[in-house]
Parts: sequence; structure tokens; C-alpha cells
Amino acid sequence: MKPRVVVFDYGSGNLRSAHRALQRAGADSEVTADARAAMKADGLVVPGVGAFAACMSGLRAAGGDEIIAKRLAAGRRVLGICVGMQVLFTRGREHGVVTDGCALWPGVVDRLDASVLPHMGWNTVTATAVSSLFAGVAGERFYFVHSYAVKRWDSDGRRPVLTWATHGERFIAAVEDGPLCATQFHPEKSGDAGAALLSNWLEMIR
Amino acid sequence: MTVAIRVIPCLDVDGGRVVKGVNFVSLRDAGDPVELAAAYDAEGADEIVFLDITASSDGRETMYDVLARTADQVFIPLTVGGGVRCAGDVDRLLRAGADKVSVNTAAIARPELLSELSARFGSQCVVVSVDARRVPGPGSGFEVTTHGGRRGTGIDAVAWAARAAGLGAGEILLTSMDADGTKAGFDLPLISAVRAAVDVPVVASGGAGRLADFAQAVAVGADAVLAASLFHFGELRITAVKESLRADGYPVRLSDTGAS
Repeated sequence: MKPRVVVFDYGSGNLRSAHRALQRAGADSEVTADARAAMKADGLVVPGVGAFAACMSGLRAAGGDEIIAKRLAAGRRVLGICVGMQVLFTRGREHGVVTDGCALWPGVVDRLDASVLPHMGWNTVTATAVSSLFAGVAGERFYFVHSYAVKRWDSDGRRPVLTWATHGERFIAAVEDGPLCATQFHPEKSGDAGAALLSNWLEMIR
Repeated sequence: MTVAIRVIPCLDVDGGRVVKGVNFVSLRDAGDPVELAAAYDAEGADEIVFLDITASSDGRETMYDVLARTADQVFIPLTVGGGVRCAGDVDRLLRAGADKVSVNTAAIARPELLSELSARFGSQCVVVSVDARRVPGPGSGFEVTTHGGRRGTGIDAVAWAARAAGLGAGEILLTSMDADGTKAGFDLPLISAVRAAVDVPVVASGGAGRLADFAQAVAVGADAVLAASLFHFGELRITAVKESLRADGYPVRLSDTGAS
């Protein structure tokens, strides 16, 4: 049985690419904003592009924050991508405006200090052997396109599996925290390496 | 640990077929865009640019289909440009499967379009395409052109690139209309001048002919290098361009060795 995955359609992101890449990686994928389908699916993908504030308000309007929280309470898999990762953190700061996120993870999304922004292109990550997402692809490059990122895990306590990347400064490229995973890059746009990473995520669901 | 220099093939599409002319005048048919895009993906292209040069509105509809079919099988970033006029066009292209949309004439006519697009879709998907040519006189010595380089606008190309980035364009696709099709190398002073004026990524286009040309463009500040017929007719392979860049010490994405 293929794992059933919902790509959550809350008005943000190139959903077609995520949907097709998940199918290619072996999922039975569906793009929908339907809350019941999003709750029932084996895995939920939360995409996101553009501004933090716009994504967060779109996600709230679609009830996405509650769906994510309920799924996690039941130990069910969720994968955030790009701004879909950023909104999982405490808050985002864009153009001087601070917006609350889902606050599932401790950290602030802030502008990268780099000579060229957006960080646009294929970059390496510092995945370690404890990572399940990066199994077999730790040395590959992944496709990033963003100007904001989380530069610090703001907690001395519990620490999930963090994978880092560098553009101007170090930032969190991926988080693996029990049922909740996320990538700052776009696995659906990262060719074979991205497909392998999505397959690894689907393996966790099985 | 740095972002790789992107090597990008550009497919000029007219009525659903890939074409590319020398200096944009005489056109030759070089095949099916979807197949070509898939082949370039397999060969290691970091991104694909489709430039829609279709004149008729009926023909333009085919671009959405080309894009959708490409996005269904090619899992690298896709950029589309040509004839993009308004937010509605951008929305439709993004929905069809584009990751970035490049705007040219419409932004020159109404620069605020760039801020509207970046506010609505995010600057990461707004590319401004600057077709520049050398002109005598004050300013940078480069002028913005339209209509495939045939019409001058009197606008300083370097100042325009800076203004476009300030308005929210997330990338500059910089084509030298003088160098385009000549295979005599990129216009390095043009790339250098725009690099100094903006802090968004700059894609260098126009003039590539030899492997060494690409590293020269990167040396003066290009974040990505683009070529069309050179790749379409197999004169240079994308892998060879990347190996050459790597030999010169630049980071590239090469699947044979993983990250470099």
C-alpha cells in the first residue's frame, strides 16, 4: 500500500510540483484544503512560499495550524517545506514586522546576512549520520530559494536532529523532531536528491 | 559550503516548439521543449528557462501546456518569461508549474508591476529580464532594449537593474544583446556593472561560445550562467561547463561526485 499524503492547499506555493514529486517518490498524493482529508492522511505536507505573514494568515484561515497540532498530538507525520517550515517556529520578522508562527519549535525566522539575497540555488548541508531524512543523500546539494531563515535553535533543553546550511551565515536547513519534520530547501525541486529525501520521509510513515 | 554556480539552458519556445536564432533574427527549430527539458535535467542542468516568443495569443496558450507537462516530469526549478503583462499572467504560469516568472517590457512600461508581483507572490519568483546593449553617452554605457534588442528605450540598463531589484525583483536575468549569438564571450563589463549595482542573484546571458567564457562571467560576479543554442546543438555539454567551472575553483552541482 502506498502511503496516502495530502499536500495542504492553503493558497501558498507551487503545489503541483510537490504533488508530482511525492507521487514520483512513491506516495498516493492529493492536493486539497479539506481538513478531514488532511487529518486522515498518513502524511501531511505543508508547503509555502512568499512572505511569512501571508503564509501564516493563510494557514490559520484554512485551519492548518490546528490540523498540524492535532496530527502531532496523535503522532502523525507532518512535513513543512520552505516557508511551510518557517511558520512552525515561534515567530517571523520580515521588513520590521513581527508575526507569530505556530510556535511548535523555539526560534525566530530572520533575514540572512549575506552579500547576495535571495539565497537562490543548490547548496550543501551538514547532515549527520543520525539523520533519517538525509540517509543516502547527506553529501548532495539541495535547491534553496529564500532570504529568511532560522539561525538559532532557541532552547537549551530538548534538541531534535538539526541539519545546517550556510549562506553568508549558518542557518537551519532541516529539522527532524519525531513526527514533525521540515526542510528550508525544496525537496520537490531538488532533482534525484530531493526525490530520495521524500522517499526517506515516506519510509518513516510506513 | 557555498551555493553552486547554476548552469542554465534557455529554451526559446514558439507555438510549443523550441527555436533559437542567431542574434534573434533567423530561427531554427531545435525540438520539443518537454523532451529537451527532461534531457537537460538528466544531464545536470540546475534550472530551465523557457522564453515564450510566441506572437499570437492562441499560440501563447500552448505555453501553459508545455509548462505543465514539463513540471510533471522535471524536478528542478523552471523559469518562464516572454509576454508576461500582469499579475494574472504570473498567477497562471505559477499554477501551471513555473517556479519563477521573468518580466521585461511590462516592467519597463510600469515599474510598480514588480512591487505588486513581489508583494503577492514573493520576490523569490519575480525575475526581471534586462536586455542591454552598448550605447555611447553618459551613464553606464548600457541601455535597456525591448523587442529582442531591436528597440532602444533610452533607459540606463545598470540603473534599471538596481531599481528593479529595489522594487522587489528577486533575480536579474541579464542578456547582452551585443554579445548574444556571437559566441565571442559574455559582456564582462556589463555583468560587472550590474553585479556592483544589485545584491540579488545575476544570471549572465548572451555570448557564451567556449568553456572558458563561463568562468569569466562568474569571476566578474555572475551567480548563474545561461546559454541556448550552444547547448541545443550539442556544441558544449552542461557537464563539461560544470567540470570546467569546478576546475577553476567554483562550486558546482555534479552528480558524479555529489557535492563539490
